[in-house]
Amino acid sequence: MAKVLMKGNEALAEAAIMAGCRHFFGYPITPQTELAAYMAKKMPKIGGVYLQAESEIAAINMVLGASAAGKRAMTSSSSPGISLKSEGISYIAGSDLPAVIVNVQRGGPGLGGIQPSQADYWQATRATGHGDFHLMVYAPSTVQEMTDLVALAFDNADKYRMPVMILSDGMLGQMMEPVELKTANATDCPIEKPWAACGHRNSRPHNVINSLYLTPQALEELVKKRYEKYEVIKKEEQMADEYLTDDADIILVAYGASSRICRTAVNTARKEGIKAGLIRPITLWPYPAKYIEKHIAHAKAFLCVEMSMGQMVDDVRLCVNGRKPVAFYGRTGGIIPAPDEVLNEIRKLTGGVK
Amino acid sequence: MSTLNILLAGFGGQGILFLGKMAAYAGLMDNRQITWLPSYGPEMRGGTANCSVCISDDLIGSPLVINPDILVAMNLPSLEKFIDKVVPGGTVLVDCSIIDKKVHREDINVFYVPATRLAADNGLPGLANMIMLGKMLKETKFCTENALEEALLKCVPPRKADMMELNRKALKIGSEL
Repeated sequence: MAKVLMKGNEALAEAAIMAGCRHFFGYPITPQTELAAYMAKKMPKIGGVYLQAESEIAAINMVLGASAAGKRAMTSSSSPGISLKSEGISYIAGSDLPAVIVNVQRGGPGLGGIQPSQADYWQATRATGHGDFHLMVYAPSTVQEMTDLVALAFDNADKYRMPVMILSDGMLGQMMEPVELKTANATDCPIEKPWAACGHRNSRPHNVINSLYLTPQALEELVKKRYEKYEVIKKEEQMADEYLTDDADIILVAYGASSRICRTAVNTARKEGIKAGLIRPITLWPYPAKYIEKHIAHAKAFLCVEMSMGQMVDDVRLCVNGRKPVAFYGRTGGIIPAPDEVLNEIRKLTGGVK
Repeated sequence: MSTLNILLAGFGGQGILFLGKMAAYAGLMDNRQITWLPSYGPEMRGGTANCSVCISDDLIGSPLVINPDILVAMNLPSLEKFIDKVVPGGTVLVDCSIIDKKVHREDINVFYVPATRLAADNGLPGLANMIMLGKMLKETKFCTENALEEALLKCVPPRKADMMELNRKALKIGSEL
């Protein structure tokens, strides 16, 4: 298929439809709105459901309902809206239901701003709602990846029966890049879901979807079982991209929009004779620790770059565990760092600039 | 060739984003890497619109153009905001039927194009953007002529097929200035 120019938000929406999503529940918020608008236009034409709910909270609970009935369901929002959805996400996790949630991040806290940001990393990887649970979190860095990862998100949501988040940002959502939409043969429900609470004319015992467990022992046992699943995911599902890391002295770690700026900075640093490289996490949970681990021996220092005050840097430090210095550079509030700012930080680490 | 960074700026309604989309598609038709990033948010509602387009042979890092090689300014606030950011040796196209101010930098190439007036005189209302694009092609050769024609086929939707010839006419006026 020929490449077309699409906005990240629209490309992601189309890819979700191609992955078999026929149930989308949304609520408008900049810079995510094109995604919902695309769904509103397309879903009625293909026999799907697009519903603009009365609030983000309603939308996520509609996702819970559609998913409980065995359907591939999705919602999308931007930072403040994700905070509202986080209660429902916790219920989805507590009910072992698959779902795909898209966060096109903007600056925060509070209403914050509407320009691109990466300040919801902690929320996505640590605490999207209450209780002991994890989401799988994918971080695209191109419009192409916005489409490729959404199919993977649906597959893994179904496979592991858990909510999966696509953590994007306003830059990736709003920009257009050439994209090739890969034709998938997905039907609405490619994976058997014998647990789904859908009509069965009394042919089997009822399936109950629930997150309330009043007996502590039963709840502990269930949560522990979920954590066994998380261990499998940590082993099997780590994803990262590496660029010029093999001989690198200074290894940058950045995801999503900021990784693109870092790649430019790495190229310029190389021209100056500085051996810089880049590790770009694609999964933020599970964190791609093994990709960092293999470079700890030869790297002289790590530099984590984010569009936040420093959130993912915690995970980099956990991986490096004091064995090498880990520096941080970030811009926040909706500012996209310039490649030269990052280059300057790289120079500082080599002792070139005091 | 390295990355060509283009910044297009003006009032909302002048077709700035469409102009950017045309430039981006032309880059794509030449089989190059491209990105297109619009300004969004309050400035879109309050008057000015701008759009970053990068065309490159390599993967593009930041799609946000801070220091443009080419600046197209279609109103005074845009010219004043971005003129000092243009790289030395860069090219600036000014719609001089809207902006009566001259540029005082010596290290860049400035072209004054009365695009809005020419559009009105030639019965091409709303197509000052395409006149600017025609001029931009002539002065910078940012894409091949064929690619621009192909971009037009991609960007003008079938229900507006009657606009095709008018767009071509506007491009021609610009490229012959």
